[in-house]
Amino acid sequence: MQRIGVFVCHCGSNIAATVDVKKVVEMVSHEPGVVHAEDYQYMCSEVGQAKIIEAIREKHLTGLVVCSCSPRMHETTFRKTAERAGLNPYMVEIANIREHCSWIHKNMEEATEKAVILARAAIAKVNLDAPLFPGESRVTKRALVIGGGIAGIQTALDIADAGYEVDIVEKTPSIGGRMSQLDKTFPTLDCSACILTPKMVEASANEKIHLYTYSEVEKVSGFVGDFTVDIRKKARSVDMSKCTGCGVCQEKCPSRKTPSEFNRGLNTRSAIYTPFAQAIPNVPVIDREACIKFKTGKCGLCQKVCQAGAIDYEQKDEIVTEKYGAIVVATGFDTIKLDKYDEYAYSQSKDVITSLELERIMNAAGPTKGHLERLSDGKHPKNMVFIQCVGSRCSDKRGKSYCSKICCMYTAKHAMLIRDKYPDVNVTVFYIDVRTPGKNFDEFYRRAVEDYGVNYIKGQVGKVMPQPNGQLLVQGVDLLDNKQILMEADMVVLATAIEPNADVRRIATMLTASIDTNNFLTEAHAKLRPVESPTAGVFLSGVCQGPKDIPETVAQAGAAAVKAIGLLAKDKLMTNPCTAKSDELLCNGCSQCANVCPYGAISYETKLINDHGIREDRRVAVVNSALCQGCGACTVTCPSGAMDLQGFANRQILAEVDAICR
Amino acid sequence: MSITANEEFKPKIVAFCCNWCSYAGADLAGSSRLVYPADVKIIRVPCSCRVNPMFILHAFEKGADGVILCGCHPGDCHYSTGNYYARRRMALLFSMLDYIGVEHGRTRVEWVSAAEGVKFSQTMNEFVAKITSLGKNVRLEDLRCRK
Amino acid sequence: MQEMINRAKELLSDGTVNRVLGWRRGDMSYNPEPSYFETAEDLDANFVYNGFCGANLSKYMIEGSKLEGKTLVFLKPCDSYSFNQLIAEHRVDRDKAYIIGVGCMGKLSFEKIKEQGVKGITNITIDDANENITVETLYGEKTLAYKDCMLERCHVCKGKEHQIFDETIGESRDTKDADRFAEVEKIEAMSPEEKFAFFQNELSRCIRCNACRNVCPACSCRKCVFDSTKFDSAQKANVDSFEERMFHIIRAFHVAGRCTDCGECSRVCPQGIPLHLFNRKFIKDIDEFYGEFQAGVDPEAKSPLTSFTFNDVEPGVTGGRR
Repeated sequence: MQRIGVFVCHCGSNIAATVDVKKVVEMVSHEPGVVHAEDYQYMCSEVGQAKIIEAIREKHLTGLVVCSCSPRMHETTFRKTAERAGLNPYMVEIANIREHCSWIHKNMEEATEKAVILARAAIAKVNLDAPLFPGESRVTKRALVIGGGIAGIQTALDIADAGYEVDIVEKTPSIGGRMSQLDKTFPTLDCSACILTPKMVEASANEKIHLYTYSEVEKVSGFVGDFTVDIRKKARSVDMSKCTGCGVCQEKCPSRKTPSEFNRGLNTRSAIYTPFAQAIPNVPVIDREACIKFKTGKCGLCQKVCQAGAIDYEQKDEIVTEKYGAIVVATGFDTIKLDKYDEYAYSQSKDVITSLELERIMNAAGPTKGHLERLSDGKHPKNMVFIQCVGSRCSDKRGKSYCSKICCMYTAKHAMLIRDKYPDVNVTVFYIDVRTPGKNFDEFYRRAVEDYGVNYIKGQVGKVMPQPNGQLLVQGVDLLDNKQILMEADMVVLATAIEPNADVRRIATMLTASIDTNNFLTEAHAKLRPVESPTAGVFLSGVCQGPKDIPETVAQAGAAAVKAIGLLAKDKLMTNPCTAKSDELLCNGCSQCANVCPYGAISYETKLINDHGIREDRRVAVVNSALCQGCGACTVTCPSGAMDLQGFANRQILAEVDAICR
Repeated sequence: MSITANEEFKPKIVAFCCNWCSYAGADLAGSSRLVYPADVKIIRVPCSCRVNPMFILHAFEKGADGVILCGCHPGDCHYSTGNYYARRRMALLFSMLDYIGVEHGRTRVEWVSAAEGVKFSQTMNEFVAKITSLGKNVRLEDLRCRK
Repeated sequence: MQEMINRAKELLSDGTVNRVLGWRRGDMSYNPEPSYFETAEDLDANFVYNGFCGANLSKYMIEGSKLEGKTLVFLKPCDSYSFNQLIAEHRVDRDKAYIIGVGCMGKLSFEKIKEQGVKGITNITIDDANENITVETLYGEKTLAYKDCMLERCHVCKGKEHQIFDETIGESRDTKDADRFAEVEKIEAMSPEEKFAFFQNELSRCIRCNACRNVCPACSCRKCVFDSTKFDSAQKANVDSFEERMFHIIRAFHVAGRCTDCGECSRVCPQGIPLHLFNRKFIKDIDEFYGEFQAGVDPEAKSPLTSFTFNDVEPGVTGGRR
């Protein structure tokens, strides 16, 4: 039998005004196991805690019930109090008589009666409490960053700066990500490459940072502090240690018809290629789907011209297994497919393009060498129409319900740059709302309107109709003037919604990190823990968590790095002791519990079991308490009741039920 | 606290709330002073998937008149998937209770987020009203447990 | 039957198997029971396979898997589902079993014969075509149609195919002539009062003998929760209205998604409680809510209660149907 002390808090008048605390003390003092009961003004205060400690010592208490505010508020406080008095902290239960009682009930008699019942339930539970001890797990002092865009690069740089090893896994041949595809950046109009390239170089030069480009995360096991990750290094067909990056192979390659991913398919590339000139590493890869040597066995031109002898057709995918303490997801975004938005004629006309395609067209290294021209006939456009919110803020199933956040600003940027460089081009923007929260953002947008004469029309475009003469007829509505608009355009630019990278679902599953209905990774708390995933040890950086622009991405990347560093700085982690535990004598080894475990914490072992004299080898479930997060899914799946949850045991919950129903 | 025939019927209601969403939602209802009847007593569980059908039947056996289970909204489970399992288990259990003739409505599942104090209080008000209208649970109570 | 005995003797003598798990002749022709055979003589003298061999031998292979060497086990088509399910749950060792799938003409129920007003039964013989049975009684002979004497489960037979076997012997007959869920639907259509009264009447007969639990291949726990102190649910005396319901609901819940609907629970209940109505309700709900699922077809398949989809039906929405 436990020796239980019950401590009833007045919380000033918060509790005492509606709950007769003296009555509660009196009622519970007769409960089985209760050897001490008292009330005090503020139990959480120094004096209140001293009273608890004194009672523990004097009455040799083995369990505590504190009737106070929510355990979410002060459970930790009172557990520490118990610990200070030498009592196991898990021998403390809280009866929530404030949020769940005094604050919501008016009638004192009713509230007091309920407070007594809640206290009884807590007493019943503490009676069956057992001391629990957190385990320790080690921390591998190395971080993994998945994704090598600006988010991943910044996170890696910051982690490396704190002195920890960090690996970046990037699936394309080069780091740089979406930002490397951009021409200029708002609101300062810096050249994107000019500010990104130094960071890329820094990342590759930093000896703490290791780049796995053209690689993908294949498998993740383990848990916070101790992840084991398999990384697939896809066969580059080029020996990275030999290649000098001279580029001759790319010049000579006869297969030149593959759409360039980097230029959004607006032009083509060779089969052996680096995505862009500043690529890091500056080592090409052979696209085996496109390469004539791989397709027909003949050719081999690149090997012949490579003076360094770096071409290796025999190269195979390689799996590297590494250990990490922390993982940062920075998988970024892509623009949505426009097949459901046929009204904008994207598939019908080459002159209807996405904003990201426009970035490539405006870029000096792009398919048009930076000249603004129609892709259909190479003519310089006179009238350009920008359509906002294509697929964003969509109420139907076709698009995304959210605001993509960056489109208003980049469209203002595009409009401004075009008007600046080509004052002869008329620019019209159809918008639903212009959203410009951000430092110097609204000023930037107003400059576009006021100084550069961009024509903003509040209203949506219903249809874009390609005409036989190659013109585009844009049918829209001006909501402020309440009139239909029909205008001719030479080019139409769609501010296409962004969505998380398609791989994120696979990665989230591997990490057991949750994703929302839009495939954005969920943060541990929307407000207070925005860069942590609910899965311990997994952090979020950049657009994989939600739409954001570059400064926000960089800020979040830094925040994610700090969280990762905070974890890596620890030598050992304390694990939550409220974990599942299997009774080997009852376990059937049926494997059902492992099927529902979201953490892969349950495995099966064949053990020699001594079951009341019967000694036999049995397959039994074993819980890895470092992996188990204590949800309890397994306990209900287990038909024999072998699996139980420490701290929330079956008998404890039933005892609470009994106390409430009695 | 026995109930005589003359007294107004005060139902006994057990609410299982997951620690991360619904318990916090109940806390928010409290700090927002959103009133609901004192008949509801909350038991904190880590996740809705911790709730064993046996707990629910046991509550009825011991004289509960209604049992409600609250968890995070599907997709928002702190443990990623717990409430999906809870949803299946409870769908089958409730259907079975219905099948053996327990009045529909004595059990309920509601997804309540940590931000939904209002929803928590509304749900509890509705549930208490429903159970009050159904009256005392006589079909599932273990007569030996009656005091 | 002779073919089965011959083959069993062969496998015993060539050392393929160490023993045979089959049905042993009882004191009456209608009560054979599951048994091991280790010698050819024992097989010749006592092995039997006829319309009364309803017992599902799958569950015996849990213990059989622990014995030295292989065991020859005879499985009827419906028994093979249970065996597969036990493989999925790692409760039997496939490598320790040599499975002969035996044909089945539908299995007979002694209760069904008695229900037809036959009294003082001394012997029962089945004709070669399995069309009629001849019942010898103290008051003379009576001929009954085989079909009218079949177990309920055979009227909703899952089919003639064995789900797992090393070889097969004998022909099966398709005996399905009723809708598996008809009875469940009939109850679903009742008012809550009628439902309650129906189950109260049925379950009031329960004596908690645990025959259903002991025979059920899915109820294979080493120790049942109802015998365990972990849930405060240890078996109690039968004195009230609820205990049985709790037991049977939880039992059905624990086997939900794992129950192959082999019907053994109802077959062995000495009180004649139609226990399959609980299991079949869950099966029907699972089929309706989550898509059709038959336990024991694919040992790799995830059971409906250990899987989910993002858009599953909400609890409660499903209740209250009439």
